[in-house]
Amino acid sequence: MRFWRLPLDSESHSIPHGMVHIIENRCKGCGFCIEFCPNGCLKQSKRFNAKGYHPPELVLQADDCVDCGLCTLICPEFAIFTELKAPKKITEEDIRKVTTRYSRKDTRFIKP
Amino acid sequence: MKRHLRELQPFNKEAEDKHIREGHGLHPLDAYLKPGRIPHIWCPGCGLGVALTAYIEALHRKKFPVDQCSVVSGIGCTGRIAGYLDMDTYHTTHGRAIPFATGLALARPDLHITVFSGDGDLFAIGGNHMIHAARRNVNLKVICVNNFNYGMTGGQAGPTTPIDAKTSTTPMGNAEPGFNLPHLAHASGAIYVARWTTFHPRQLVHSISESFDRKGFTFIEVIAPCPIGYGRPNKLGDGLEEMRYYREMSEVRNGADPGTAEIRLRDKILVGKFVDKERPDFLENYNNLVIAKAQAGKKGRAA
Repeated sequence: MRFWRLPLDSESHSIPHGMVHIIENRCKGCGFCIEFCPNGCLKQSKRFNAKGYHPPELVLQADDCVDCGLCTLICPEFAIFTELKAPKKITEEDIRKVTTRYSRKDTRFIKP
Repeated sequence: MKRHLRELQPFNKEAEDKHIREGHGLHPLDAYLKPGRIPHIWCPGCGLGVALTAYIEALHRKKFPVDQCSVVSGIGCTGRIAGYLDMDTYHTTHGRAIPFATGLALARPDLHITVFSGDGDLFAIGGNHMIHAARRNVNLKVICVNNFNYGMTGGQAGPTTPIDAKTSTTPMGNAEPGFNLPHLAHASGAIYVARWTTFHPRQLVHSISESFDRKGFTFIEVIAPCPIGYGRPNKLGDGLEEMRYYREMSEVRNGADPGTAEIRLRDKILVGKFVDKERPDFLENYNNLVIAKAQAGKKGRAA
């Protein structure tokens, strides 16, 4: 599905732009935040932390963080939280991203 | 044989304090946690941290100052929650979290008292106290973290272990059906009964903050993964795998009959807010029936 123009009221709405903070040495590598981030902002890093676990790190789409705060809630270790940076204006790119993401089936978590 | 022992260092309070303060305050919810206690002892993939975060988030959302809240917990992995929270918390004897909290609730009716304990503590050894506190409708918020076994002592079968589940004491499968906790709480007289899994942290925060508004005995069951004690013998995988299982198999049905919310191994889990009703609580009944009569009839010491 494609929008042929921006929605008429897009000036009056904005997308919150969040920033993810990771306290790496608290992480125990359970992977909840990586799995359940609705926008897929996180992935497992290859480095080790002080305890020998792989903490999460931000992937390239980290700009997609909308400060929903699910990682803060689902992290059992108090090791990750989000902060609202600034609201940003809706662009055609955002509309395209959102419509493609939610219109096709999310196949990230389905095992082959 | 000559042994080289490490030289004993004299206790340096400043260095210890600095070590404890180090890293505290990096997270916005650290204000509710005792400095120096994080990282906690729970296993990677355990759901107890999610339940603790949800409770703290609910406090944060309701903007309760910590001196108006109190947490009582019993023995077990969940009992450690009392030690991590930076408020007036009590770590009581096994199964006796509710009697202790009842006393506290009657002596200090202005406090928001939460009983945070596990299924083994609240329903095995403390089952009797639990049903009677629900019958009296004491003003307590009970959060029961259910992981289907005794995790801390090595994964033994408990009263909530589903039938046919393997644990370290039932290696051939459990022959006893487990308790249906929301049904038990509802039948005993709780005014607010909900069940969520750790996959539903937002709903859990909402339920906990809703239960703070109710006056009476509220009961929230949190189903948490126990990857070491329960997941491994039953081939449920690690904590993440169990969370995926909750995502696939949990069915939100608010207002459902708690009698139908039984949990079986590898079967769907009914979650939601099952019961929300009103009933006069214990202190109200006591003031209206006993104190008022005693004052009117000039009987007893109250007159």
